[in-house]
Formats: sequence, structure tokens, C-alpha cells
Amino acid sequence: MYDHVLIRYGDLSTKGRNRSAFVSRLKRQIRSVLSQWPELDIISNRDRTFIHLHGVDFEQLRNPLENIFGIISFSPVVKVNRDMEEISLAASQLLEKEITKPVTFKVSTRRADKQFPLNTNEMNYFLGSHLLKTFENLSVNVHEPDLELTVEIRKEAIYLSYETVAGAGGFPVGSSGKAMSMLSGGLDSPVSTFLAMRRGIEVEAIHFHSPPYTSDRAKQKVEDIGQLFADLTGEFTVHYVPFAKVQELIQKQIPENYTMTSTRRMMLKLTDAIRSTREGKAIITGESIGQVASQTLDSMIAINAVTATPILRPLATLDKQEIVTMSKRIGAYDISIRPYEDCCTIFTPPNPKTRPKLEKVERYESFVDFDNLLLDVLQHVETVTYRANQSVSQEMSQLL
Amino acid sequence: MIGYIVAIDEIGGSELMVYFDNSATTPPHQEVVQSFLTTSTRYFGNPSSLHKLGGEAEKLLHEAKRQVARLLHTDKPSEWILTSGGTEGNNLAIKGAVYGAKREEQHLITTTIEHPSVSETFRQLEEKGFDVTYVDVDEDGFVRPEAIEEAIRPHTTFVSVIHVNNEIGTVQPVKKIAQLCKGYRRITFHSDGVQAVGKVPIDITDLGVDLYTTSAHKFKGMKGTGMLYCKEGILLSPLFAGGQQEGTFRSGTQNVPGAVAMAKALRLVEEKRQNVYSDLHEISSYIREKLSKISDIVIHSPSKQVVPHILNFSVVGKKGEVLVHALEEADIYVSTTSACSSKKSSLSETLLAKGVSPEVAKGALRVSLSYENTLEEAQYFIEELHRVIQTVQSVKRK
Repeated sequence: MYDHVLIRYGDLSTKGRNRSAFVSRLKRQIRSVLSQWPELDIISNRDRTFIHLHGVDFEQLRNPLENIFGIISFSPVVKVNRDMEEISLAASQLLEKEITKPVTFKVSTRRADKQFPLNTNEMNYFLGSHLLKTFENLSVNVHEPDLELTVEIRKEAIYLSYETVAGAGGFPVGSSGKAMSMLSGGLDSPVSTFLAMRRGIEVEAIHFHSPPYTSDRAKQKVEDIGQLFADLTGEFTVHYVPFAKVQELIQKQIPENYTMTSTRRMMLKLTDAIRSTREGKAIITGESIGQVASQTLDSMIAINAVTATPILRPLATLDKQEIVTMSKRIGAYDISIRPYEDCCTIFTPPNPKTRPKLEKVERYESFVDFDNLLLDVLQHVETVTYRANQSVSQEMSQLL
Repeated sequence: MIGYIVAIDEIGGSELMVYFDNSATTPPHQEVVQSFLTTSTRYFGNPSSLHKLGGEAEKLLHEAKRQVARLLHTDKPSEWILTSGGTEGNNLAIKGAVYGAKREEQHLITTTIEHPSVSETFRQLEEKGFDVTYVDVDEDGFVRPEAIEEAIRPHTTFVSVIHVNNEIGTVQPVKKIAQLCKGYRRITFHSDGVQAVGKVPIDITDLGVDLYTTSAHKFKGMKGTGMLYCKEGILLSPLFAGGQQEGTFRSGTQNVPGAVAMAKALRLVEEKRQNVYSDLHEISSYIREKLSKISDIVIHSPSKQVVPHILNFSVVGKKGEVLVHALEEADIYVSTTSACSSKKSSLSETLLAKGVSPEVAKGALRVSLSYENTLEEAQYFIEELHRVIQTVQSVKRK
């Protein structure tokens, strides 16, 4: 019987003058993620957005809405006129199917319109006693009720619901500018990318692949992650950088215990070059301090030195287990654990420097002409934009 | 290839032929055959191969499962195990879970109205020393959830209940039974959904089953293909040893074309179910009403909690087999009981289980419809049935 969805904003409610920009961005985001249901009406105001369902089943929207950044929570609601009889009737119809056995409940009213004749307590009392009279199986428990009937009183109408779904939180994507995320397809980088997007950053990913040393299957992992993020945010762009020639040159010219450091420096240089043409303002990595040789503080000094662009490391201080938990929650885990080697693991030296010296790596690299090679690599970057719900090629989808 | 499709056209387009044996199997949908052919030739790679052709086949298989997962409302494509059909699915679900449980003492529960691929599997387990309870049904052919609960013992580890019975079309209270099984942490609950897919709305997550068997050729997919839903966390001991495909549960190179064809067939049948269900219901009601007016006919399919696709009835005093052949002469195809037991001259266990006398069960016929059948076909069938009953009678009198 639900006819609307009521959407509450989190963080961004506090954002003073920027609010209207945030709200309209969120509205656009909702529309884009729910584009397969053109019949939905989306109406936004200062503190709430409403989706008029027009017959669409709320359950279908639950999962997509759960993943939109900027939503603190949402509820399927019944919209009724500000008429006490109508409210009573709707409340009892709403609860009817839930009360097949003894159930405890409470009523929580939120009065956005302070002009409404009943105050919060009076409304709670009015509806509570009506429901107690209607259903024998019902009793009140204000601390741990089985059901919480929420009543939102607004100028235009009153909204009733007994379910509140937690949203993803954060800010609407794009409200904090653009950045490039280095995405390997392993466990960490999809999580760091996700966390950056949740903070409102519009993220484009950069993936280094090295055929024939790496397989299509390894690239497929990144394609699937790209699609996963597109399904969450509407669209998601990945730049695929062919990296084999650079790795071959490093193997040939750089002392073995410094190849890893040099490899990361070249990746960062290429990332920064792409960032600059795409007008990004920062670089995001999945580094977690001390996890591997390239992620010690000394390594960060030696690698980071190639650019002054801010590098964001959302996972810097997290433990592996925390990252795994998040990876599972965002749905990347099953993709990330597929056992295909990426370009970071194929040429790993047996004893990479955990405390590389910046002067040394700079000296080693000074004997080699990397710059021309990097320019050539940039000419061959393949850029793919994934769109929500288009995981399959036209050809494959026709077969299904 | 072309000849095959033409052959389907000829069968489907024939004015005379009435195919009312859709619960035995269905002719594959033409679009489904096309998908099967294209996949077989264009995406022939082995999904386990490392190269691009393997990758594409793997991706396509994954997409096929994703579509099945979405249409039947489950969370993850990886929860679907590609099998060779209903019989393998039921065997893998039951033996896989029971052997996988690695417990010494196990008590198993099923019902008296299961398909042979379930009941015979339990008989085999009985021979291996497992304790099995066969729960009886009421006179309308329904399993009572309370009866299942009463059968549960401390060592019960597995319960299997058919979703839609293949002989009389009863829809069993699977959700209720799944819910009560959830109260016992040790119990794994399986349902045979072979006759349910495309006939009733299926939301596997809502049903709350751990294992759910499907078979593609029952809804216009290809023969030799099915998928077993196996909820994440349920461990099955595989029936086949080999290359550990399908999450190690089912070794053997995957039948990608079959899986793709199944996903397509499922999409098409779900569209039909949502759009032309009422037409089918009307045809079924028409047949039921006409049958009820024939004095020697007893209808076994109850009128409520049943799919309209299946109508089971007896012509008292006649042999079902004789009627099948007599109708066949008029190009009408029905069956005695289920196709699997039609070859044996034994009587329907489901009918006997719901208390039908052997004398009446002998004359049982099953009419099973698809969304493609028409009211004209039903009218023709009723006319011919009248005639056949007369003819067979008169033959007998001499």
C-alpha cells in the first residue's frame, strides 16, 4: 500500500549555503540510478526528497537507494491528508498485515510543520490509543518496540511508515570535485575508491595492465568493479594504461631491489598526467601503511616525490580485516578475490627495499629515458565509461 | 540447423495437433533455440580456459546465472549451480547435503508425493542406512506443515518437499515449511521446483529455502539443462569428481549454451506468466468444467492451491494408457501420470497417497498446459475425449 518513498539527508543537512546545490545533485543522482523506472516522480525540498512510486514496488528500489551517497536513511511511506480520520484509517491498514501475532509498538511523530494543531506527544497518544483499540495483539513498548510507526507531519500532507532503511551516508557524488583513483582490482583499491566516492568525490579510475604478462581475466576484474560502481552511481570511467613496456624497461635498467619503487613512481607519474588532462584535483590510492614493501612511510616518501598533487589514502590506517569487511559490504569482494595476477605482482623482486632512498632511485632513473616512453604510453590509454545496468555487451544481452 | 527450426514451426503451427503434455516436456521456444545455436558457435570456448574465448564464455555463463538469479529473486549468481536438469539437481541437492553434513546419525524427511528423482534418491539413502520419514498428505494432496514438524527429531538434518506436484499440480506450503525448519539450526531445507518455475511467482529469498531445483526443458528451454540454487554457506559433497567447476560442486565443462538458453527461456516464460496467466486459467477452468459434467470422470487436481497448468482426472473403468493412445489417434497428446512413470505400468504414487483407490487410479490422465495452448484446442480435446470414451466403451462391450 506504500505510495511514496521518503528520503532523509545526512551530513549535508548542515551545509549552510551549499545545501541547494547538494540537494539538486542528490536528486539528479537518484534519478540517474533509478532511470529504469521512468514513471517515478522525484520531488526535492530543503530537508527531504520524496519519490512518488506510481505503482512501482518499493522493494525493487530498496537496494539501489541503499547505495546512493548522501542519503542517511529512507522509508517507504503512505501519504495521507491532514485529516485525523484518514490518518487513523491509514495507520491501521498499514499495520494490519504485520500484526498476525502479539507485537509491541510505539509511535514516533516528527512535526516539520509546527502549525499543526496536535503537538508531537498528542499525535503519538492519539494514534497509539487508536491502534491499541483496533488490534488486540498490540501492546506499547517505547524502549524496544517490534514496530515503530513513524509519522511525519508536513505542510502538504502526513507520511506514515513503520520501516526505516539505513542509507550509505556521505555526500552526493560530484559535490566535492574530481579525483583519479588507482584501481588494481585487488581488495584494497575498490574500497578506497568507494570511500572517496562516498565523500562526494567524482572518481575516475586508472588501471595498469601488462598484456601478455597479465591476462584478460585480470582486466575483467576491473571491468566488473567499474560496472559495480556504475550501478551505484549512474556511470563510472576507467582509464586502462598499457604498462608492459615500462615494466620491461625498469627490469632491464633499474637495480633489482629498486624495481618496485621505480614501478610505483612511473605509475604515479602516468596517473598524474591523466589527472591533469581530466582536470582532477587529487589522486586516491588503496595504500594501507605497512601492508607491503611499497606502503611503508619510507616508500611513500620515495614514490610520492614525483608529484605535488594531493594523494588521498582512505585506507592508510585500517587493518586488513576491516578492509575485507568493507569490501564484502560493497559487493566487490567476490570480484577482488578472483586469482588472476595483476601487473604489480608479476615482476615483484624477491627482496624489494622497504626503506628505499629517494636520492638513489632518482639517480638510477636519471640514466634512463623514461619520459619519452611515458608519453608514448599516454597515447595508448583506453578510456571506457560504464553505465548503470549495462554490464553486458549488446551482443551478449541479445542472447539472454 | 534450419531444418530443425522449420520442424518446430511445423509442430507449433499444425492445426490438428494438440500438445497437452507440457509437464513432461515443452518444445523449446524458437528464440531460445536461436540463442543456443549462436552461443554454441560464437561462444564455444571452455569457461575454464585462460584465453579470451574462455573469458567470454565464462562471462556469458555468469550473465546467464545473473539473469536467473534476478528473475527468481536471489542475491548472487554464484549461488546457482549449472546441472543437467531436474534429476541431477535433486540428486545433488539431497545426496550432496546429506553426505556433505558428515554426521554419523542423520534422520531425513520427505513426503509421499515427490518426483521419483527425489523419492528414489531417498530410497538409495535408506539402503545406505539413513533413516527416512515419508510424510503423508491429506486427501486433497497437500503436505501439512504440522505433519512435517511432528516428524522432526533431534537428529533430523534434511527436509525435502516438492513445490508444485508434477502429477496433480498442487502448490505445497513450502514457505511455511521452510520457516519452521529455520527453527532447527541443523536442518537444511530443499524444495523441488521443477514444476513450479514459470507457473507460480517464485521469490526464492522470500520462500526461505536452502536448496531449490529447476529444469529448463519444463519451460521451453533446452533438455539437459537445469540450475540448482544452493544458498551461500550450504556445503554439498559433489556427485562427480573432476575439474571442480561450479564452485567445486559440479565438475564437468559447463554447458554454456544450455545455461544461456535457460536464462532466456526463463525470461520469456516469466513475461508470459505475468501477461497471459488469466488466459491459461480460463482454458483450464473450461476443461475442468466440461470434465465435471462427464459422469464417469473423477477430477483429482483440487480446485484451490493448484496451478492451472496441470489437470489430473480419471475416467473410471478405463485404463489411462488406452485413453492416451486413443487420443493420440486424434493428434492429441496427454499422459497417464508423470512421464517418468508412464513407462512403468505402476499406478501413480501421488494419487494413491491422497487416497485414490487403485481401481480409479488406473484410469488417470494428466492434461498439462502451456501458455501457448488455446481455448480452441481445449474445445477440440473435450470433443475428442467424449468420442474416445464412447469408442473405448463400445469396444469393451463387444
